Amino acid sequence: MFDVKNLQVAYGQSVVIPDLTFSAAEGEIVGIVGRNGMGKTTLFRSLIGMIPTVSGKVTVGTSEITHKPSYKRVAEGVAFVPQGRMIFPYLTVYENLISGVKGSVNEEDVNEIYALFPVLRDMKGRKGGNLSGGQQQQLAIGRALMTKPRVLLLDEPTEGIQPSIIKDISRSLREIRDLKKLTIIVSEQVLSFVLDTCDRIAVIDKGKLIREDKRESVDASKIKAMLSV
Amino acid sequence: MQGAAETLFFLSAPLSFCSARPSGALTLPHIQLSPPMESYSWEDLQNIFLMQGFAGISLFSVLLLMGLGLAVIFGQMGVINMAHGEFMALGAYTVYLCSTLTAEYAPSFGPYYFVVAIFIAFIVCALVGAAVEWLMIRRLYHRPLDTLLATWGLSLIMQQTFRSTFGAREVTPTLPEWLMGSYSPKEGLDIPINGMFVLGLAIAVSFALLLFMYKSSFGLRLRATVQNRKMSGAVGINTNSVDRLAFALGCGIAGIAGAAFTTIGSTGPDSGSRYIVDAFLVVVFGGAASLMGSLASAFGIAQAQSILEFFLEGTKGKVATLLVIVVALMIRPQGLFPSKVRAH
Ligand SMILES: Nc1ncnc2c1ncn2[C@@H]1O[C@H](COP(=O)(O)OP(=O)(O)OP(=O)(O)O)[C@@H](O)[C@H]1O
Ligand SMILES: [Mg+2]
Repeated sequence: MFDVKNLQVAYGQSVVIPDLTFSAAEGEIVGIVGRNGMGKTTLFRSLIGMIPTVSGKVTVGTSEITHKPSYKRVAEGVAFVPQGRMIFPYLTVYENLISGVKGSVNEEDVNEIYALFPVLRDMKGRKGGNLSGGQQQQLAIGRALMTKPRVLLLDEPTEGIQPSIIKDISRSLREIRDLKKLTIIVSEQVLSFVLDTCDRIAVIDKGKLIREDKRESVDASKIKAMLSV
Repeated sequence: MQGAAETLFFLSAPLSFCSARPSGALTLPHIQLSPPMESYSWEDLQNIFLMQGFAGISLFSVLLLMGLGLAVIFGQMGVINMAHGEFMALGAYTVYLCSTLTAEYAPSFGPYYFVVAIFIAFIVCALVGAAVEWLMIRRLYHRPLDTLLATWGLSLIMQQTFRSTFGAREVTPTLPEWLMGSYSPKEGLDIPINGMFVLGLAIAVSFALLLFMYKSSFGLRLRATVQNRKMSGAVGINTNSVDRLAFALGCGIAGIAGAAFTTIGSTGPDSGSRYIVDAFLVVVFGGAASLMGSLASAFGIAQAQSILEFFLEGTKGKVATLLVIVVALMIRPQGLFPSKVRAH
């Protein structure tokens, strides 16, 4: 469903991801774990087209998106929840949700998001910049879902969020996946979240995937050792 | 806060342009009141203030429209459009052309052509603006100094084009009867009708712009792009097309300013360059992202100039206005009405 082949990404001369290959099936949740600075954000940004791809090939279903601009990737069904959330601070919660919607807005879709994250309904007229971190995270996920993606990319969705809400987010992600047969790729440092949420877990180190495990067969202590510095 | 840095950058450009104008050194202490203030009676002063105030309203309207267009473009793309004055002139020439064509082919349409000409001026300037964005501006993103130079070059090209098309002589469209003359509610007080019309026009455009920005889906995309361009792309907004539309919109509003301008002055190839500095001042003084700010500062600047110009000579009135603005900006570098939300 979502395939990345021999991807190379660099900032100018410095190559952060030299050669990365992985794929995710329809309805699968893949976790990518790795220490700070190992290239998770770089990978996601290149997948959504915020930074250019040097070489390799990225496909969604049957369409190649390797060098397309971001908005065309979104049209192909890729949606992105960035690290730091990047809510539009001066837009209201409602406006944030519909910011990427083409043509007229279907209020049904908005209500679906409100059902998933009730706090957003209560705050719909509030400016995005005035929400708490946890609320912004839910808004960022809602905003991504509004474009009806086939593939959802989430970069460290648990960063700076309290454990009870982390559990909520984990549950919502699995719920969304079951509901929409969505492919979800999520980067993380919190191992428990990944073990709760993901079907498959990959470890990234210096821009390379050094290990991949199914959830059933994962050896948590080994991965934990890889994550500690 | 992204806004502050942008405003500051914006600030340095127009102010240095002001000092390059032939307004002389800042000689405020030596300014003489043309006839000393004491020779006016209280009644006289009242009427002078009112009259100059009404005269200032036309200028206010033109400046407001110019400032709005500049602010839309700067806010959206960080581009300081040095050719903005020429887009105003283009709008004015468009009205002149409409006037000539009406006189020649449809004289009976004479009383109404002006209203239609305003729309045509908007559309012509918007189309030219879109073409300029496509040919030039979009190739110069992330290079603000280059866009400054490029749009300045464009302004020279446009001026020369006006000169070779319409001649160096200033032209005036024939204004319809109903726009001329004035309304005198009391002795010694004349309210010019064209001023009121232009004021109405400026207010209508401001409202339309506000509605457009806050109620339309294009407005939403535009505001999102201003706040975070990369993320806007990543939620699915085609930021290139938003840019083109924003640039076209800003230029179109300059075209309306040009139409308004024809009611207070005649149009020459360099008419635009005479208004560009004031238009920059409006935006800087008002705070680049705020419609309220543009409104207040356009009003303040136009009124100050109009009233001061009566008592002082023209340039000195300008210098005095400028001085007040400089001081105000030293106290509030973010402009009159900066936007505020929790910083990120
Ligand atoms: N704009 C940039 N220019 C140059 N190098 C960068 C840039 N952004 C990130 N890097 C480098 O790329 C490498 C990977 O960074 P990246 O942000 O992708 O890591 P990460 O895995 O997301 O880390 P974290 O867990 O801290 O979010 C780091 O060495 C970083 O210094
Ligand atoms: Mg990261």
